[in-house]
Amino acid sequence: MYNFDVEKPTSIADAVKALGRDEAQPMSGGQTLIPTLKARLAMPSVLVSLKGIDEMQGVCTDDDGRVCIGGGTVHAAVAREVKDQYPALAGLAARIGDPAVRNRGTIGGSVANNDPSACYPAAVLASAATVVTNKREIAADDYFLGMFATALEEGEIVTEVKFPVPEKAHYEKFIQPASRFPLVAVFVAKFSDGVRVAVTGASENGVFRWTEAEEALSSNFSADAVAGLKIDGSSMISDLHGSGDYRAHLTGIMTKRAVAAIS
Amino acid sequence: MPKDGGIGASSKRREDIRFLTGEGNYTDDINLRGQAYVFFLRSDIAHGVLNSVDTSAAESMPGVVKIFTGADFEAVGSIPCGWQVTDKHGEVMQEPRHPVLAHGKVRHVGEPIAAVVAESLAEARDAAEAIVVDITDLPAVINMKDAVKEGAPKVHDDLTSNLCYDWGFVEENKGAVDKAFEEAHHVTTLELVNNRLVANPMEPRVAVGDYARGTGDHTLYTTSQNPHVIRLLMGAFVLGIPEHKLRVVAPDVGGGFGTKIFHYQEEAFCTFAAKACNRPVKWTSSRSEAFMSDAHGRDHVTKIQMALDKDNNFTALRTDTYANMGAYLSTFAPSVPTWLHGTLMAGNYKTPLIYVNVKAVFTNTVPVDAYRGAGRPEATYQLERLVDKCAHELGVDPIALRRQNFIMEFPYATPVAVEYDTGDYVATMDKLEEIADIAGFAARRKESEAKGKLRGFGVNCYIEACGIAPSNLVGQLGARAGLYESATVRVNATGGLVVMTGSHSHGQGHETAFPQVIAEMIGIPEHMIEIVHGDTANSPMGMGTYGSRSLAVGGSAMVRATEKIIAKAKKIASHLLEASEGDIELKDGAFTVAGTDKSVAWGDVTLAAYVPHNYPLEDIEPGLEETAFYDPSNFTYPSGAYACEVELDPETGQVTIERFSAADDFGNIVNPMIVTGQVHGGLAQGIGQALMENCSYDSDGQLLSASYMDYAMPRASDLPFYTVDHSCQTPCTHNPLGVKGCGEAGAIGSPPAVVNAVLDAMRSGGKDVGHIDMPVTPARVWAAMNS
Ligand SMILES: Cc1cc2nc3c(=O)[nH]c(=O)nc-3n(C[C@H](O)[C@H](O)[C@H](O)COP(=O)(O)OP(=O)(O)OC[C@H]3O[C@@H](n4cnc5c(N)ncnc54)[C@H](O)[C@@H]3O)c2cc1C
Repeated sequence: MYNFDVEKPTSIADAVKALGRDEAQPMSGGQTLIPTLKARLAMPSVLVSLKGIDEMQGVCTDDDGRVCIGGGTVHAAVAREVKDQYPALAGLAARIGDPAVRNRGTIGGSVANNDPSACYPAAVLASAATVVTNKREIAADDYFLGMFATALEEGEIVTEVKFPVPEKAHYEKFIQPASRFPLVAVFVAKFSDGVRVAVTGASENGVFRWTEAEEALSSNFSADAVAGLKIDGSSMISDLHGSGDYRAHLTGIMTKRAVAAIS
Repeated sequence: MPKDGGIGASSKRREDIRFLTGEGNYTDDINLRGQAYVFFLRSDIAHGVLNSVDTSAAESMPGVVKIFTGADFEAVGSIPCGWQVTDKHGEVMQEPRHPVLAHGKVRHVGEPIAAVVAESLAEARDAAEAIVVDITDLPAVINMKDAVKEGAPKVHDDLTSNLCYDWGFVEENKGAVDKAFEEAHHVTTLELVNNRLVANPMEPRVAVGDYARGTGDHTLYTTSQNPHVIRLLMGAFVLGIPEHKLRVVAPDVGGGFGTKIFHYQEEAFCTFAAKACNRPVKWTSSRSEAFMSDAHGRDHVTKIQMALDKDNNFTALRTDTYANMGAYLSTFAPSVPTWLHGTLMAGNYKTPLIYVNVKAVFTNTVPVDAYRGAGRPEATYQLERLVDKCAHELGVDPIALRRQNFIMEFPYATPVAVEYDTGDYVATMDKLEEIADIAGFAARRKESEAKGKLRGFGVNCYIEACGIAPSNLVGQLGARAGLYESATVRVNATGGLVVMTGSHSHGQGHETAFPQVIAEMIGIPEHMIEIVHGDTANSPMGMGTYGSRSLAVGGSAMVRATEKIIAKAKKIASHLLEASEGDIELKDGAFTVAGTDKSVAWGDVTLAAYVPHNYPLEDIEPGLEETAFYDPSNFTYPSGAYACEVELDPETGQVTIERFSAADDFGNIVNPMIVTGQVHGGLAQGIGQALMENCSYDSDGQLLSASYMDYAMPRASDLPFYTVDHSCQTPCTHNPLGVKGCGEAGAIGSPPAVVNAVLDAMRSGGKDVGHIDMPVTPARVWAAMNS
């Protein structure tokens, strides 16, 4: 690590102010950022810890019945607290990393980071959730802009994520054997007005919606409806752990299994 | 009733109390007064000309004590290689210079170029970033077969090629082997890769160098499996420090698996720099550094062929192997693909004719050396995969084909120069068939198929050779060291014993098992015996721990020293009892005059030895302390049969291990619980190699699997509950304990069973691909299923 200052604001407003300092960067659980700092791949001069901001903590339900999760809420808390209301989301949170990661890492950090193999982005996109920042509300469809890229501007903080609760949903994760992040994972959410399918781990462009599957499932919500669907592997990640074609194939299988689990 | 002490008892591992309560004393726990820290600037280029290393800006950075580059080590020796292989033409191997810090050229990613010693690690690292290194890239030599082609770029310009040696074994048999192939009724051919691995001990390497200006004494604290070997190699060959001025201490060591046998540059650097800076210098490897600087394991590419007659008897075997040495020769690297591999090619079978060819190749990768099993897993894997392939080509049962070709009589002289003293391969196979519940497999396969999964069953046998010896023979084979072991047994006045052994425990449990042996011999409780190891200052010259040699060789030295103790104690007892020495018997911790009730306790005798008031001073010296060196007359040959049952998800290619059974013959067993633990650990590493672990370079020599994000280590959830049995025991005939060694068996014996099982599962799904390379990842299985 290089040297840096640490600021520990207790309100969003103070955090925003602190982030106005030169080369400042927010830090939540540090589960992504600290390894990056240790490898000297980042050199912020100020780290603004978001952990002490009460208004970014915890889970509640809004008037529209949406599950609203504070940006600073750790995965373990989500796993515990939305179990009854949104079991697919709780199940996703419960399988991120290991207990240490789940008790430090936050939904805000995960969504802000937008790792192409992260779990939460799939849930956010498939649920048509809204990402709330200190400045605005951003629809999931407008938020994820590619690998590690989001609509967030410099100094903008994810303060909350609001999830509409689908009638049925399931997250099917096939792990990369080393990191145990998704090699490919699919979140299927069935709403009264249609089905959304989000895929993570697979694409060079990060999380995406598989529209062909959505269409097929919206008219016939059954595993058979997607069994024959193929997706192109040429723009998918190809690495030590699997080719683009393999990831494309897994996308189909994970989608089918997610649907089978809830139909 | 299980025994509650002595040989055969599952005594609890006493060392675990300190390990599990955080009271261990590991090298990184050692912090000396005035200590400085070193950070190594390592090459991020695989192959290049090192034009210049400009440290001028870095020199004035805060906290910098001194910066070293390759030029500072020109007068220092090369990191030595401990084994010289002679090739099939009678020429010695090509042996490049291995500098402490790169000089002239960089030859692998991770090679240290400069070393910054500073007041803190952070300052050392900051300064290292200010060093300006100018490298002209050269094409990287990665693929072994390309490396030995005419005109390939050379890793070492002063060598004639990238070929270290071309070894033929047994060269005189080659003609007869080829002839047998011409006359064969059936020939099975298999080409395979034994994947490169990173050992990944839980504790990364650490070195702390210290120098006492007042006395000229050097001390090195290091994470080593063999401190005496490091003292000799580093002192005599690199730094020119005589052994009496150099102490090497390897305290608690958190796992080695072979990778901590070798003498590394960082050890020589810290020892050298402590004197140059006149203060202690400490290096602690980060996990990232470990991936690119710890010696890697395996990495063989092999073509193997079996000739069979019309009755399915094996008539001849021949192999062609390319063995990766990496960029430099690590301490025992040349011996691994030759004497630890070629000599094992007979396996459990009476194949009369064998020829092994091994081409060792330099590449721009981290040096490759012994890793748990070292050569024997490579031999076992290719042979046991081949035998399975033979069975399928011939349409015969793989177990029956093995049984038909088993060696049945012992001692058995193989056509590859070694003589197996004992074994009973039928017994271990019988035991395996029982514990693996082969009879129930068909029903289990049905259950899997009902879930949409395929189920496969695979077996293999293995033979291994432990406690490599004797010294005069290994000397002829090219070892530049002896392979004996030593022990000093010191009895204290009040009867307790301290054993100073040259063996080194880095997880094996010597502190528990060794006392069990002495407790049995003398008839005293184990807690009266303490094991001291890991410090050249307090144990006799010993060769350390690797190759499952500790109990077979180190334990035997301890037995010999204890026998001397008992002989002398009997003399003292005969004096005290006023009886003739020949009538004295030692039993349950007391000396008795045979046929009488006259006896004297162990403690009375030991007290007399040190307070010799009533003592035959004219005949024997006071005191009770003996040393023995033991040089075995042969290797030991543990053997066994393993079975693996997998479930395969045909949609994803995911393989899970549902059952794993191991029937081993380790000869006599001192502590069954420790043996079981050793087998469990070995199996985890073997299964890891078979299913998950893969050290991979791209064509530019960049290490792709350079962290746990990409290097897949097995976890508990990836492994089944094993069924382990070691009730088949044919004791070793040539060591006093009748023990054979169990440390590596699990890693040696498991990969072929796993791959055989995966192929069986695929066949049951209608896909016969003949072979699939390790690691058998979901992506590879899926690709093979859809090929
Ligand atoms: C061993 C291990 C296993 C893991 N396995 C998985 C897995 O299976 N699936 C998975 O999805 N993830 C996994 N992760 C990642 C984990 O979920 C991280 O916690 C998460 O990606 C980042 O959250 P964080 O709170 O730790 O963010 P930090 O590391 O603190 O920050 C990450 C990035 O986001 C920025 N940031 C942080 N908070 C905010 C905010 N509120 N607003 C704006 N920007 C912000 C930071 O500046 C930084 O750039 C794993 C991590 C580890 C270490």
